[in-house]
Amino acid sequence: MKQSRGGRREALITVLIRAAGFSAIFFVALIFLFLLKEGAPAFWEVSLGNLFGQRWYPNEDLFGTMPLILGSLLVTAGSVVIALPLGLATAVFIRELAPNWLREILKPLIEVLAGIPSVVLGFLGMVAVAPLMREALDIPTGLTAFTGSLMLAYMALPTIISVAEDAIDAVPKGYRDGALAMGATHWQTIWRVILPAARSGVIIAVMLGIGRAIGETMAVMMVTGNAARIPREWYALFLPARTMTATIAAEMGEVAQGSTHYHVLFAVGILLFVVTFIINAIASAVVVKGGPRRGGRLMG
Amino acid sequence: MALLLLLLLLVACGPAVQEEGEGTAEPGLATSIQNKGSDTLVNVALAWAEAYQQVAPEVQVAVTGGGSGTGIASLINGTVDMANASRQIKGEERAQAEANGIEPVEHVVAGDAIAIVVHPSNPVQGLTIPQLSAIFSGEITNWRDVGGEDRPIVLLSRESNSGTHVFFLEQVVRQGDEDDGTLFSPDTLLMPSSEGISAEVRDNPNAIGYDGLGYVTDDQKVLGVAPAVDEPYVMPTVETVKDGSYPIARGLYIYTAGEPQGAVAEYLNWILGPEGQAIVLELGFVPLQ
Repeated sequence: MKQSRGGRREALITVLIRAAGFSAIFFVALIFLFLLKEGAPAFWEVSLGNLFGQRWYPNEDLFGTMPLILGSLLVTAGSVVIALPLGLATAVFIRELAPNWLREILKPLIEVLAGIPSVVLGFLGMVAVAPLMREALDIPTGLTAFTGSLMLAYMALPTIISVAEDAIDAVPKGYRDGALAMGATHWQTIWRVILPAARSGVIIAVMLGIGRAIGETMAVMMVTGNAARIPREWYALFLPARTMTATIAAEMGEVAQGSTHYHVLFAVGILLFVVTFIINAIASAVVVKGGPRRGGRLMG
Repeated sequence: MALLLLLLLLVACGPAVQEEGEGTAEPGLATSIQNKGSDTLVNVALAWAEAYQQVAPEVQVAVTGGGSGTGIASLINGTVDMANASRQIKGEERAQAEANGIEPVEHVVAGDAIAIVVHPSNPVQGLTIPQLSAIFSGEITNWRDVGGEDRPIVLLSRESNSGTHVFFLEQVVRQGDEDDGTLFSPDTLLMPSSEGISAEVRDNPNAIGYDGLGYVTDDQKVLGVAPAVDEPYVMPTVETVKDGSYPIARGLYIYTAGEPQGAVAEYLNWILGPEGQAIVLELGFVPLQ
């Protein structure tokens, strides 16, 4: 009797957990459907030549999303280039080099860093970092893609550090001992053995960092200058840029519902979704191709 | 997490579901008036709403900014009673409103000048409209070409949903020529707020921007503007706007859904009266009389 009641309760809990799990997928699917429903009309209301053109100026029905896509990629790539070495180095330091007491201080501090609201960072970037950039680099304006990258790097760092740290932590102790026993120096052990072994975890750290960066809106809108220009020059990173997210945020409040502009903004949302999906797909392909996992722990 | 997504979804679906006009003013004890739109007008609108509390305590005026386009879009969707705009309603917007059964009625509530602002250290004193057009369309890219130092020009503008942006495009970049297809240079920095423009102008000696007269602070340098070459530069002031000598002046508007009724009509009359117009002057804009 008692046992059957326990069994029933267990079955109920299983059902609830399963429902919760499926509901997450269900809602993601709903969101995607909604995005598709609102955004798809853009693809027949606006010619593809216009939609992937080089000029974004919705007031005159110029809906070229190229500057926005390239702007987003530029800012994101910049932030990963800045955040990855910094994040990896910090993770290695915390895991391999820092004494225990310092580690206990650093870890919570890094978590605090993750809690800073992006609008605060954006404000800081606008009034402090941008003027500094302009003077230090002698560029026309400090509101550039690079300033955006810096802000995003700062935001992506906590994610990259904690995931990379977990990956390094998951490298079996035997690898470390083996390397040291064979006469490798501490540095050689880290660089040649531990980091390669933690590779897949590190790639996931980068992926999550990119995900954080490409979707970020507020800080980017405040510091990148929002000029919808095609980055042609080699120094384009140090010129203003306009990202997909900032465009949606800046213009969505204004559009009349059901207008072409409205549909195109949703289409930009779809493009953002697709770009993120492609980046994720490439990253997981790299992880899978990397052969049998050697130590690096996957998320979750 | 799922709950959060559900919430998000509800928010996203919200406006689509409730298309029926809410917030239409009903006569009664506590009447509320929804007022939304132009960021140029938002400070004046807030001051009006605040002062009107003394006159008619039973009327609650809720003011939000967001840009002229935002205000008019809300009027079209039937969610506000009064839309503030720093430009006139476009033909297509009027058509959309009429399709929704709303007849937008225009009221001029104040005058405004668009001031051209630069960094205080900039030696340039004035620019002509053709020069401004060439600068903002990206033809002239160095201050040297308009009598300044050898510095790149950094263009600052409000976002394209701003009425000020549209007005500047039509009257300055296109010099009032409707058939002119000139656009802002793609290198123009589109700032989400007036404050974004002032911050950059204050700080960057390369910058040039424009904004409503009421938004110009002392730490920016205002340039004189000449309508054409060989004509005198005119500084934007209340007087030069009133006598029509400043070339980039405009009206500021409030649109109502249909002829104003009840509380909205009373509020609008008060705005157009001496008390309302005194506030206009106080905040650096140009009163109607």
